[in-house]
Amino acid sequence: MKSKKTESSTSWLYSPSPESTAHISLRESYDLYINGKWEKPISGKYFDSINPANEKHLAKIAHADQADIDKAVKAARKAYDTAWSKLSGSERAKYIYRIARIMQERARELAVIESLDGGKPIRESRDIDIPLACNHFFYYAGWADKLEYAFPTRKVEALGVAGQIIPWNFPLLMAAWKIAPALATGNTVVLKPAETTSLTALKLAEIIHDAGLPPGVVNIVTGFGDTGAAIVNHPDINKIAFTGSTNVGKIIQKAIAGTSKKATLELGGKSANIIFDDAPIDQAVEGIVNGIFFNQGHVCCAGSRLYVQESVAEKVIQKLKDRIQTLYVGDPLDKNTDIGAINSKEQLQTIDKYIKIGIKEGAEIYQPACNLPKKGFYCPPTLFTNVAQSNLIVQEEIFGPVLTVQTFRTVDEVIQKANNTPFGLAAGVWTDKGSRIFNLTTKLRAGVVWANTYNKFDPSSPFGGYKESGFGREGGVHGLSAYVKLS
Amino acid sequence: MERLEILKTYKIYIGGQFPRTESGRYYVISDKKGNPLANICLASRKDARNAVVAARKACGSWSEKTAFNRGQILYRIAEMLEGRKEQFVAELIKLGSTQKAAEKEVELSIDRIVYYAGWADKYQQISSTVNPVSSSHFNFSVLEPMGVVGVSCPQDSSLLGLVSTIIPVITGGNTVVALASESLPLCAITFAEVLNSSDVPGGVVNILTGTQKEVVATLASHMDVNALVGNTKDFNSFSEAAVDNLKRLISFDADWTKPEAHGLHFVSDVQEVKTTWHPIENIGGASSSY
Repeated sequence: MKSKKTESSTSWLYSPSPESTAHISLRESYDLYINGKWEKPISGKYFDSINPANEKHLAKIAHADQADIDKAVKAARKAYDTAWSKLSGSERAKYIYRIARIMQERARELAVIESLDGGKPIRESRDIDIPLACNHFFYYAGWADKLEYAFPTRKVEALGVAGQIIPWNFPLLMAAWKIAPALATGNTVVLKPAETTSLTALKLAEIIHDAGLPPGVVNIVTGFGDTGAAIVNHPDINKIAFTGSTNVGKIIQKAIAGTSKKATLELGGKSANIIFDDAPIDQAVEGIVNGIFFNQGHVCCAGSRLYVQESVAEKVIQKLKDRIQTLYVGDPLDKNTDIGAINSKEQLQTIDKYIKIGIKEGAEIYQPACNLPKKGFYCPPTLFTNVAQSNLIVQEEIFGPVLTVQTFRTVDEVIQKANNTPFGLAAGVWTDKGSRIFNLTTKLRAGVVWANTYNKFDPSSPFGGYKESGFGREGGVHGLSAYVKLS
Repeated sequence: MERLEILKTYKIYIGGQFPRTESGRYYVISDKKGNPLANICLASRKDARNAVVAARKACGSWSEKTAFNRGQILYRIAEMLEGRKEQFVAELIKLGSTQKAAEKEVELSIDRIVYYAGWADKYQQISSTVNPVSSSHFNFSVLEPMGVVGVSCPQDSSLLGLVSTIIPVITGGNTVVALASESLPLCAITFAEVLNSSDVPGGVVNILTGTQKEVVATLASHMDVNALVGNTKDFNSFSEAAVDNLKRLISFDADWTKPEAHGLHFVSDVQEVKTTWHPIENIGGASSSY
């Protein structure tokens, strides 16, 4: 029998597998969702939201200023006084369950819009962001009538009006993290999404409207830093919840110092991912990739500092390089894509700046050969070896797909190195030895420690940082504390 | 010409199916005026044993579902019940309720299911502990479901009593063999139809109709039933039979018509506590003092 010779090719390409956008509905222009109505911004100003994958215009978004924020806060105050605080916990719960259910029904639409607007791979928005956001509402709905169990022997009251400012890396998920516990504990909300990713928050406003919540309980206002500042400085807001950079977090803390406003801040990170020589290496390599390249590295808890035990360093780094070669960088809506678009031009410039700094600092750069799309903002997965603890790229948060690799010999040494940072959001530990995991979890100064896994999230699991990664926890029982007055 | 109404056959609910009792026996229930309402299955000891087999079979997969998923399924029961509110109200009126009382009973039942749906992924968080033992160990205690639980539903209520006693038991990952109220069984069987259409796997809840003397006695002495839930006063006649496999007898006493007749303990009372010791390596002097 004659066998046909197969053509061997150096690169095997998947056929494009784009997610359909035919089923989504976007308006040409979005106003502010205030007091249960869509209100035009008083200034009449709008800005453009673009798709970072191809720089195409998606929609016009209202730019709220101080006067709009004042309207929103007044609506939230009135809703708190006349409607929301009068409801029993079980009735509040039912409203929040409704939100969760409608989100679940519209999950795919939300996923597609999230990828269009923010650049993240559809696989992540579809399988991680959106389900987690739905589940977060579902989870906190159940707390609304059980608060006496979370705070036994205490009298539990809502704080009042919560001002919430969220980032662009997990737009809908962060909206859920903020709104769900606030509503469950009886607060009303003024929420501002990030200017590059307003769309899913505005979709959430539609959903909240459809769920029949009393007007003013949730207000969604869009805009830039000045809009956020107007929320932070508004005198009738009782609580500020912020997720974003440590710099802005410090500005907020300064702005509210001396007022009775409560705050929770979920800020930056430079988390250590530690690989011991007894770790299952292939699994660990997957964990390293997931830790730093998940969501293009736009993750506050990204495992951006890799520590590999010296005896396996060569092997791990080689396997890591091989694995990175296979990552697909490109169209976020393609189901094959591993790394999507960088969220904005500005962020791409920041990442490029750090890459240049890394090279200048004498680190050795490794980037796989990959064809990046001509239009849009993209950055290949990037490794830096031969870095020192004192290098800027080891000390500062890059918020992109850039990993620094260092080695260590002893447990002591790696604990010292891992903790040697102003941040303390998360850490990863890879070892076969359970007793070692618990040794490290007790000694690492970080709010979350993942063992033999990374970037896992669950509504029931508290998330938040030590040190300059912020304070307060979101998720779980502990997430309720951020929104209650106890006496 | 007037249309003749189709009457419903009330059967028992075992393993996700609606068989008649294997015994072929029945009893009649009547309305307040003495008019017969329906022929009800008089379940036998064999029916009870079949139900235990079905409950045991369902136990593994139900208890291994994620807590969140169980919560979703419980919430789905509430959605289904809300959609069939009218039917339950009509049935309760047949059994002697006023319109107003019937509506209140159904609404309270729905809200109670929603309440426990919320507990599914929370009871563990409130009831578990991390124990600061004086050795280098990470020591924690978590709740685990007991297994197959027999439930003797309150006699004085048709729907609310049944919902209030079986829902918290399955919330915690147990499976149930329940005996409905002997004199008010209609809603129990109709509720089985709700369960059957709400993603609750077959066998997780099994509902029998008949007498306590026969069914509960069988469950009490059954070696593969882990616990029995019921009224304190009902237990007196069964407590001795329950000793053989050290069955847990758990009293659920409450005025179920009160909105506050619910709580974490209805879930956590039907749980075992499991403690795990895990060593913590103590090498390396690096401290976490900064």
